[in-house]
Amino acid sequence: MQSIVSVRHLSKTYDDGFKALKDINLEIRKGEIIALLGPNGAGKTTLISVICGIVNPSEGEVLVDGKNIIGDFRATRSMIGLVPQELTIDSFSTVFAALSFSRGLFGKAPDPAYIESVLKDLSLWDKRNNRIVELSGGMKRRVLIGKALAHQPTVLFLDEPTAGVDVELRKDMWALVRKLRDSGVTIILTTHYIEEAEEIADRIGIVTKGEILLVEEKDELMRKLGKKQLILDLVEPLSSLPESVLAPSLEVSADGATLTYTYDTQGEHTGITDLMEALRDAGIRFKDMRTTQRSLEDIFVKLVEEA
Amino acid sequence: MNWHGVKAIYAFEMERTRRTLMQSIIGPVISTSLYFVVFGAAIGSRIQQVDGISYGAFIVPGLVMLSLLTNSISNASFGIYFPKFTGTIYELLSAPISMFEALLGYVGAAASKSLILGAIILATAGFFVPLQIAHPFLMVLFLLLTCISFSLFGFIIGIWANNFEKLQLIPLLIVTPLVFLGGSFYSASMLSPFWQTVTLFNPVLYLISGFRWSFYEISDVSLGVSLAMVLVFLTACLLIVSWIFRTGYHIKK
Repeated sequence: MQSIVSVRHLSKTYDDGFKALKDINLEIRKGEIIALLGPNGAGKTTLISVICGIVNPSEGEVLVDGKNIIGDFRATRSMIGLVPQELTIDSFSTVFAALSFSRGLFGKAPDPAYIESVLKDLSLWDKRNNRIVELSGGMKRRVLIGKALAHQPTVLFLDEPTAGVDVELRKDMWALVRKLRDSGVTIILTTHYIEEAEEIADRIGIVTKGEILLVEEKDELMRKLGKKQLILDLVEPLSSLPESVLAPSLEVSADGATLTYTYDTQGEHTGITDLMEALRDAGIRFKDMRTTQRSLEDIFVKLVEEA
Repeated sequence: MNWHGVKAIYAFEMERTRRTLMQSIIGPVISTSLYFVVFGAAIGSRIQQVDGISYGAFIVPGLVMLSLLTNSISNASFGIYFPKFTGTIYELLSAPISMFEALLGYVGAAASKSLILGAIILATAGFFVPLQIAHPFLMVLFLLLTCISFSLFGFIIGIWANNFEKLQLIPLLIVTPLVFLGGSFYSASMLSPFWQTVTLFNPVLYLISGFRWSFYEISDVSLGVSLAMVLVFLTACLLIVSWIFRTGYHIKK
């Protein structure tokens, strides 16, 4: 798939000597949703800030749709919308004026009909004449999204878009992000909520200590790194496992009612057939069975700990 | 050129003035009126004339300059400092707008506000003293150059300041004393020779002197020197601003 953003050997060292980014290479594909996960201070916001033109890079280059973000900043910035992490917004403007200002700032002629459609999509149309100071935190965040969309960008950066947002609104935002992706907008989001990345991202990038540990298709990542568990609900509880079925990856629950077998989906032999035969031979019967997969959060924690 | 961007910044700043009308326009008009009452009526009644002009009329150009200088600086410095303070500057930095275009928006709005204010103060002065403007074109030129130069200066202060104290430091401790001691309320010729010489080192003297000449054809220094000094100040501000844009000083990390 064609790249819309290319980050090549990008490094950023601040004046105090702190290396926020170390030789970052990243290709963002047109029309995808990519989630950048990482602990606080990992460099996610610095990476976004460099691409958007807020922070100067120390080394390397960034291309947006093949154009350099410094040499051709007008073209690249016109394509980009940014929703910042903090609720940084002029509190005294009205909602409609705030979006109109953003559209003008990005070089677009006034288009009240388009602003109206954005506000309606964000359920803010009723609040169009309210001053932003009068809005709730969730609404302010939606105004920020509206400001970022006011100039019809094709690449949208969402820096922690659902931080401090209630569950219902978070789900609304996920729906909005999917809708934007479906309309052809490329979405790059950073998040602390791994559930968020798991829910909406096509690809996952894990960032820590200014480096990208990996970038992988979400499903592939979970398939490769996500160990699976087979859980068997027993007909009769066990006090202990018979020696014939003992295995390091097999555990019996404290009440003896379930057996949990952990296996690697990538392995040539999962060992499930052997386990079933051993259980049958030992006369252990089960009434139900199910499988679970290790969550993205488990994978993330493991990778960051290993880094 | 991103003219829509320039217009957006300009309109936003002008709207801020409308929202803070009391502080932006009415406040300076009231304080100017008070100056007329105190200096024009109370003290002016004891100083009959200066260089053949009634004292009340003599101080009009100085009063206009006093408001113009302080307001140009505060409008422009606040305009660029506030987005830095609140963090909304991210939008300006990520927009396809050059710093020159941003400057046009911010400084253009600050200078426009000052021009409007200057016109209102002149109209207010008309209620207290009979106004006579010998060279209206020159007067407008001085007004324009002063508004633009000091709005640029304010923009520089707004970029330099990283807290509210610094934002007020130069206007309060340097600009206001220079304006008061630059012949706003008196003619330099009324001072002793020593203080006359000292006053010549005050750049504001040249502004007020030239501006006053456009009204009454009287001045402390020649018109040519006054105009040259304004242009020197304007050029210095432009050079500093271009350096700020080149280096990203206090704007970009």
